[in-house]
Amino acid sequence: MINLLRNLRSKSFPGGLHIKDYKYLTENLPIKRTPLPSKVRIPVCQHIGRPAVPIVKAGDEVKTGTLIASASGPVSSNIHSSITGKVTAIDRFPVPTGGEGLCIEITGNGSDEMQLGEDKDQNTVLRVRNAGIVGMGGAMFPSAVKLQPPGGSKIDTVIVNGAECEPFINSDYRLMIEEPDMVLAGLKICMETVGAERAYIGIESNKPRAIGIIKEKIAGNGAGIKVVTLKTKYPQGGEKQLIKAILNKEVPEGGLPFNIGVLVQNIGTVVAVYEAIRLGKPLYERIVTVTGFCVREPANWKVRIGTSFNDLIKWSGGLRGDPAKLIMGGPMMGLAQYTYDVPVIKGTNGILVLDRKEVVFPPARACIRCARCIQHCPMGLNPGLLANLVEKERWEEAGEEGIKGCTECGLCAYLCGSGRDIIQLIKYGKKRLEEIEKNASKAATAV
Amino acid sequence: MEKKGDLIVSTSPQIKSGESVAKTMYMVLIALIPATAASIFFFGVKAIYMVLVGVATAVLLEALVQRLRKKPVTITDGSAIITGVLLAFNLSPVVPLWMVALGSAVAILIGKQAFGGLGHNIFNPALVGRAFLMAAYPDYMTSWLPARLTGGGGIDVATYATPLGIVQEKLTQVLPGYFDLFIGNVGGCIGETSALAILLGGVFLLSQKIINWQTPVFFIGTVALLTWALGGDPLFNILAGGLMLGAIFMATDMVTSPMTPRGMIVFGVGCGLITTFIRLYGKYPEGVSYSILVMNACVPLIDRYTKKRRFGVL
Repeated sequence: MINLLRNLRSKSFPGGLHIKDYKYLTENLPIKRTPLPSKVRIPVCQHIGRPAVPIVKAGDEVKTGTLIASASGPVSSNIHSSITGKVTAIDRFPVPTGGEGLCIEITGNGSDEMQLGEDKDQNTVLRVRNAGIVGMGGAMFPSAVKLQPPGGSKIDTVIVNGAECEPFINSDYRLMIEEPDMVLAGLKICMETVGAERAYIGIESNKPRAIGIIKEKIAGNGAGIKVVTLKTKYPQGGEKQLIKAILNKEVPEGGLPFNIGVLVQNIGTVVAVYEAIRLGKPLYERIVTVTGFCVREPANWKVRIGTSFNDLIKWSGGLRGDPAKLIMGGPMMGLAQYTYDVPVIKGTNGILVLDRKEVVFPPARACIRCARCIQHCPMGLNPGLLANLVEKERWEEAGEEGIKGCTECGLCAYLCGSGRDIIQLIKYGKKRLEEIEKNASKAATAV
Repeated sequence: MEKKGDLIVSTSPQIKSGESVAKTMYMVLIALIPATAASIFFFGVKAIYMVLVGVATAVLLEALVQRLRKKPVTITDGSAIITGVLLAFNLSPVVPLWMVALGSAVAILIGKQAFGGLGHNIFNPALVGRAFLMAAYPDYMTSWLPARLTGGGGIDVATYATPLGIVQEKLTQVLPGYFDLFIGNVGGCIGETSALAILLGGVFLLSQKIINWQTPVFFIGTVALLTWALGGDPLFNILAGGLMLGAIFMATDMVTSPMTPRGMIVFGVGCGLITTFIRLYGKYPEGVSYSILVMNACVPLIDRYTKKRRFGVL
């Protein structure tokens, strides 16, 4: 009831829906450090863009924080070792982003010797790039690129995304409560770097404790920084929805936040920026919520990148019930895994194990035009229609109906009473349309 | 290795809300309970038989067609039951039961399954059935019985008229009062007379978010406003005839009505205009069912021009 009242006064965006959040499983559990993993497998591609190129070979000794693969272009990211030991393999292994990918396997020697960055005299953007920081909310876009927008676009506002609207996940929430100073310090570094005068930290109204703590910290030394209470509504943490809620501005269709002078960073990312700039620490560990009703002892862990999901689940008491879905991330946008033998990567904010009875659904049937998908689509699309057009392979029409604007938040398919795989179809349609447009532009340039 | 059963791999979202077609349909059936009770109360046991025959025919034929088409049989989703109930609701208590069955058969076979079943039909199936009977058996379809509380046993069925009929034919019979119209103590189709019972169901559907307020409010509002502007009695025209039943239970049918609030407003206003014009200037005393059928045909067009504004498109 109190939350309801709080919600009425909070800012938000059109569409969306409050969904059951299951945050209670881990919201009051302090972050714990995992034991040092004996072996890690670190994928060379944990980001949007080109994979990093390994600069070590099997048999090399590495320390925690040693650069092991180097960024291979402007949109790419450095990869560092997360433990101390010896490189034992560079090969393809299962990765949580799907299928197999090139990984550097390191077997630990039990010690944890640090190798910190030695680039203090360089500028912040370069140091963020050196530290291998990417968006840690799940999108994994290289942060250095965001800190230096193309064409010298002027950023006047920084928004820190503390919405964490995905059900079950608490990694950002725990950071806000336990490390509010780092959040603020990291934010100030970002503001300074892009030359922004004002900043907002957006937090959903169901996290009053985090709102209180951050507000308190700002009261002392947070010139230009404001905490905004957001309506608890999925997908409040979507970049575009967040900007709409806080600034009442819309990122133009097909555009990015920098087009309207905004930089959005997630909580985990600003903390990583703080650690890289003030402590010289590259990104080799992160907070992961291990949760779900199939996990015996759900927990919030500080985990070394490359740690296997297997190990994390083992440290969380193991499994119970009839686990049928292993998900990296939350239930709405997370990626289902086919094996427990995949490593934590920079974008792993949670590991969720769901029971068979939570994830087995009746077969799909025809749309009855209930229009719930339209009503709740945060992008103002007609998801059911898009899915239909894709089924009929009418790609261009799907394009005209705005299929590329879909952020794949998943609400339509979540709500669909006919059980249609709307998101799957839309994802497929986007891909096909992209190919068609690429071919068309190729043909055009050939002429 | 942590492994118990096989892991299911699918695209996100990984969970679902538990909404289903059947859940929606059974909500509508619950909402129809007060009106069913009212029909039995005012028109006696014949109303029960009519509803049962309508439902049984609809369900059996749907199952049969789906069997023949080698499609999954979906009669448990409740949609055929709704069609059966609504068809019966739209008939006078004087019609013989075989005619209820025939109407229900047309509703399911031509109104629904011929288009490919639930979700694909363009017109409200029950109204297709009613329109067929209206064309085929106009005498039966326009003969009426008084509701039982009027104690009108002495009245000749052949000359008894519904309130709208009295106005249309300029008959000398005394018009019922607003209260009788509101509770349903007047002649008419068995499910349409009680505004009270229908409103109860409507409030339930609104509270469950099965229907939107736009369609019924703009439908009824347009009828009231236009009737008033043209010199009629708005309150009488709201309460008499099939407006309440049509506006709340039939114009709101998801499959055959627009998908955005703006579209629903257009749809409701269109229904209201056609209803009023038929009532005031047409040959028929009542125009609700035809107005909905005509607007059903306009839905693709309405949907096209009443899309939501896309995010980031100014």
